[in-house]
Order: sequence, then structure tokens, then C-alpha cells
Amino acid sequence: MPDFGPLSFKVPEPPVRPGDEPDFSDFEVPKAGTVRRPEVDADADDMKDLATTMIRVLNRDGEAVGPWAIDMDREVLLHGLRSMLRTRAFDERMMTLQRQGKTSFYMKCTGEEAIAIGQQLALSQGDMNFPTYRQQGLLLCQDYPVVDMICQILSNARDPLRGRQLPIMYSSKKHGFFTISGNLGTQYIHAVGWAMASAIKGDTKIAAAWIGDGSTAESDFHAALVNASVYKPPVVLNIVNNQWAISSFQGLAGGDSATFAERAHGYGIPSLRVDGNDFMAVHAVSKWAIERARRNLGPTLIEWVTYRVAPHSTSDDPSKYRPREESEAWPLGDPVLRLKNHLIGLGLWSEERHLQAEAEFDEEIRVATKEAESYGVMGGGSSARDIFEDVYKDMPPHLRAQRQKMGV
Amino acid sequence: MVQMTMIEAVRSAMDVMLERDDNVVVFGEDVGYFGGVFRCTAGLQKKYGTSRVFDSPINESGIVGAGIGMAVYGLRPCVEVQFADYIYPAYDQLVSEAARMRYRSAGDFTAPITIRSPCGGGIFGGQTHSQSPEAIFTHVSGLKTIVPSTPYDAKGLLISAIEDDDPVVFLEPKRLYNGPFDGHHDKPARNWTSHPLGEVPEGHYNVPIGEAAIRRTGADVSIITYGTMCFVAEAAVAETGIDAEIIDLRTLLPLDIETISQSVSKTGRCLVLHEATLTSGFGAEIVAQIQERCFYALEAPIERVTGWDTPYPHAQEWDYFPGPARVGRALRSLMEVI
Repeated sequence: MPDFGPLSFKVPEPPVRPGDEPDFSDFEVPKAGTVRRPEVDADADDMKDLATTMIRVLNRDGEAVGPWAIDMDREVLLHGLRSMLRTRAFDERMMTLQRQGKTSFYMKCTGEEAIAIGQQLALSQGDMNFPTYRQQGLLLCQDYPVVDMICQILSNARDPLRGRQLPIMYSSKKHGFFTISGNLGTQYIHAVGWAMASAIKGDTKIAAAWIGDGSTAESDFHAALVNASVYKPPVVLNIVNNQWAISSFQGLAGGDSATFAERAHGYGIPSLRVDGNDFMAVHAVSKWAIERARRNLGPTLIEWVTYRVAPHSTSDDPSKYRPREESEAWPLGDPVLRLKNHLIGLGLWSEERHLQAEAEFDEEIRVATKEAESYGVMGGGSSARDIFEDVYKDMPPHLRAQRQKMGV
Repeated sequence: MVQMTMIEAVRSAMDVMLERDDNVVVFGEDVGYFGGVFRCTAGLQKKYGTSRVFDSPINESGIVGAGIGMAVYGLRPCVEVQFADYIYPAYDQLVSEAARMRYRSAGDFTAPITIRSPCGGGIFGGQTHSQSPEAIFTHVSGLKTIVPSTPYDAKGLLISAIEDDDPVVFLEPKRLYNGPFDGHHDKPARNWTSHPLGEVPEGHYNVPIGEAAIRRTGADVSIITYGTMCFVAEAAVAETGIDAEIIDLRTLLPLDIETISQSVSKTGRCLVLHEATLTSGFGAEIVAQIQERCFYALEAPIERVTGWDTPYPHAQEWDYFPGPARVGRALRSLMEVI
């Protein structure tokens, strides 16, 4: 028996910790425009290289370059930028509400705005998102009433979810926004099942699944991929890799052993890795994957590479586990700034209009917040009767008895 | 009316619903081409095609999770989990998703899914093919839990489950698939083909969810039970000569406490009987509710006869299974209290 010596146990660690200089030296960023664009009906086998590179469109000068720089409607571009600004204004105001003690909880999506918004603007009416808690942009780029969103956050008398859900766990079937679950990854397989149903019924609608880098470790991620691989339903499988799952860096979900995009290869699912801070790349790649789904060519997995600038939630303090300056050093920059510069370059936007838009959304959200607060804050205005409704379609006798006992 | 086994009755329910409602789909491990390991879906794929009845990967959280997604879309999936012992990977999907969807979205999204799964022992299946996990579902608000004991009820309740707008866990006592097994494993088994409860209408009918059935009226003691144990109770009653009333719950949640309390108020004595383990079993809930409602009518402490609080053993199956001898002893001791 040869002597192999004792085994050793490995636990991955991020390259730097608080007090260290941010270090992205191992993070490779291909030049914008250098990654090829396969035909929409290309085979999964023929695009494996796209899971280990990074599709980027906007270069340092704010120009859209390369094969993924598709012609885009100017209204979509402007709406994209304005929606990102609106989302940022919303996040800031809701954060303040939490600090004021008017809501128990909030989660910002700072730095990730381009992903949800870039994709939503490529989806059609009737398609269904199965979001996580950091895709508020899906609603904020649509006509979902912002007062209703805030009422949900305040759990007040006008909360569409009647005070039952943690703040930010919105639901709106009409806006293609599936009810958010705090149990991570569970909704990924729902998107696959929903898309299977669309195919079974010969419908034309598609589903978009959303998950974070950390939650790809959940077994439901595997359940979704194996079912997507087997039945080839019309679904876009999004992974938002924002580097951090609360305090766990992406390596703890296996991201240092292979890219998250590469996980699709074992399932024969086409997969692309994309600069998630590049609105033009997000929109172009989303359109490509959505067209594949719509043409019955099956699922596509997309890893959106981004950075969670904000704390995980209002209950988190990231300075305890990563350098404070890390988000500043993030090599892919700020998605808002990058699209802004591009639109200024195209002559569609200006510094002045940018400032005006910021002020406009700040005011819109301020006014909406004021109205929402008038319906109650921190659970005020909610009704104890609502505890017992909607557990079942019809209230069974034992719940009726318990409601009576409670005296409501 | 035709004679059917419980397998045929379950199949007939799915057949009727696949025929009546284009939104009904049936899938699970081995259920498609092969027709299921217990043959419950035999012939359905051939009749309705592969987009209505199909095989799934060995992935219970995926079967239930995808089913929930389909239900959210607007279909009415009736999925099979091959053995109730395999349902645990799907538990999160059932508890955190199916059961909560209507509530958390205030009715915006619903999950009308039926999860069928064979449960219970008596087939020499060892610990991974014999469990009765019903209590982990009755503990979850938002789910309905059904355990039929006859072909007639199995078909009528499964149709009701598929038509129900809420998620339903439908547990089929596999020892009853072919006949009303009474716990006497060493005697020849009866078959449903010669039993009056094996008479089943061919078409559509409902057995309402949430209503118990009185299998035998009696004056001396009430036996509250469900599934396979209904027939074990019948055997014990016949062998002891005690005039017991046997109540087959059929639906565990919502529980038909009215029928139970009427019976116990009349007899003053009560035996709660199930195959599942004792501690925190569904029997504990039944006992608690009976003492709340019938305390002053009780003439003896309520007895429980159940599986032992151990994993389900293989070679020792008949020492574990609460057979007619144990039930008979409990009945006698209940009657001795004056």
C-alpha cells in the first residue's frame, strides 16, 4: 500500500477580506464586441465556448460594438435607462423607509438594474417571470402601480397581498410576475413546469426563470435543469451571478470550479455568459434566448455576471465580510452610467436630461410614498381577518372555528 | 356499476378526468408507456397521447415542482410519486409552494395539483416502501389530505381531488389495491371483484372531500380509523364480538369532526387506529379533538393502536403492523373500564 499521506479538507475563500485591497486580477473581462453570435437555431454543442467567455456590447467609449450590437428601438433604449433610474430612486426611498422604522425589511438591487429591465423589455405580454427577491426592475419598468408596491412593503391597508408576505415579495399575474418565495430556488422548477404547460397547450407564451449564484446550489436548480433538458420547454433560465450570497462568495456555490453557465453543458442546454452590467448585451442576449424559446427550440441558460453593490438586505452589513471598496473596483462598472454614456453618444440623452430624470423619479417616488404611508406603515391598517382567508379557496370548518375563537 | 379493484378505480378516475377536461395531465415515474409500477395508469398514455400522460425523470421535487408550475399556468396536473416513502424530496415544494401559493399571493396565483402516492405496509416492502406519512401533510395549512379505503371512494375522491382548486395529497393504501386486506396475512386474501365496495360506476361521480363514512354502526365503542386499518378493525370486531361503530375518515384534512364526535358521544368509548407511528401521529390530533368535544361523554380513556415508533422493519413486518389481534386486545381493554 503506497503512502499517500493524510488527506486535507478544502473550504474555498474569497481572494480578499475586509481590510484588504479589492482584487479582481483573476477576473477576465473580454473586450466588448469580441464574442461571436451564433444563429438562433444553433446546436447547444456548437456554442459551448459561450459559457466560459463574456458577451459584451458597450465598450469603454460607450459605443455598441460587435455581433451582439443589434439595432434597438430608441424608445426601448430610453425606457431602459429611465426604468433603471426609477428603480434606483425607488430603492433609495425604500431603504430610507426602513431606516425610519416604517417597514421591517428591504432589499436593493443596486448595480443589477440592467438585467431584470433589459430582459423584461424583450418579453411579451402574457409571458411569465418566476423572479427572486432582487428583480424589482421587472415591475418598475412596467405599468405596475408604484403605490401598490410601496403598500406591499408597508404591509398596510392597501397591501395587495393583505399583509401576509415579507416586504418586497410582490405578486402580479397581470404583469407576468410570479409570487416571490423566500425559499430559494423553488420557483426555478415552476418556470420549467409553466413552460411545459405552455407547450402542452400549444400556446405561444414563454417563461423566464430567475435564480442567484448562491441558490444554484439548491437541488431544485438541478430539478429545473434536468426537466428543461428532458422536455425542452420554452424557458429562459437566468442566473444572476452577483458574486455574493449574503456573506458567501460565489466560490462557495462552486463558481471557482466552473462558471455557472457551464453547468448547463451537462444537460445539453445552450448556455451563454454575459456582462450583466451592459444593458445592450442583456437586451440582445435576452431577445436571442427568447426567440429560441418562442421558435420551439427549447431552453437557454444565461449567466449574468454582475456585482451586488448593496447589502444583501437591510439586515446585512457587508463590511463584515468584504472590503468596503470592492464595489468601486468592480471591473464591469455601473450599468446606469454605461447606458447613459451610450445614449449621450447616440445623441438621445444628455447630462441635463439625466439630472432632470433623476429629479423626476425622486419626486414620483416621494409622492407615491407619501400616499402609501397614508394607508398605514409597519403593518398598520392590516386586518386580522385576513389571516384566515385564502388558506383554501373555501374556508374549512376548523379555520372558521379558529377565526371565531380569535374574535374577528 | 362494474366491479373494480382499487387500481382500476384510480385509473378510471384519471381516465374520466382526462376525457372531461383538456387541462388534466398525468405524469410521474414510469406512469407513461409502462403504465406505472402498480399499473394505475396502464393504457392512459395510449388513449390520451404523450403530452397528456407521460414519464418523468426520477426527481420527486421536480415532479411536484413542475406540476405546480403547470397548475399555475392553468392545468390540473395529477402526478404520481411512486411510493409515499419517496415524497420527502418534494416536501419543500408541497409545504412552501403548493400549500402557500393562494395565501401568499392573496389569490393571484393558485396551485390546483393532485399528488397521488401509494402508502402503507403489508407488502413486505421494508422501510422505504411501507411508510404512512400522512401526518406530515395534515400538519400543513393549505393542503388537503385524503386516504381512501375502497374502490368506490378512491375513484369518487380522486375525481373530487383533481377538480378541487387547492392542492391535494392523495394517499392510496397499497395493501388495499387488490382487495380489502384485514390484517390476516396468513389467510388467503379477498379480492375487490367479490366485494360490494368494489362496485364502482363507470362514469363521473364525486365523493365529497371532508366527509367521513360510517362503515359499521355499533353501540359500545367507536373506532376512528382510515385506509387499510378499516378492514383490520372489521376483522377485530367480528372476532371479539364487540358492537363497535367503525368510522372511516376518508379525508384527514379537512377532518369530519362532527361525525366523529356524534359517534363518540353515543358510545362513550373510543379507539383511534392507524398504521403510522404513534408519537405525533394523526391519531394524536383526533384524540385531542375528541376530548375537547366529548369529554363528559367519555367512559374510558381513549385508546390508540398504531405502528410502533420505529422505522418500518422488513422481516418483522407482522410484529410491527397493528393487526386484528392487537386491535382486539385494545377493544377488550376499553370495554373493561367501568
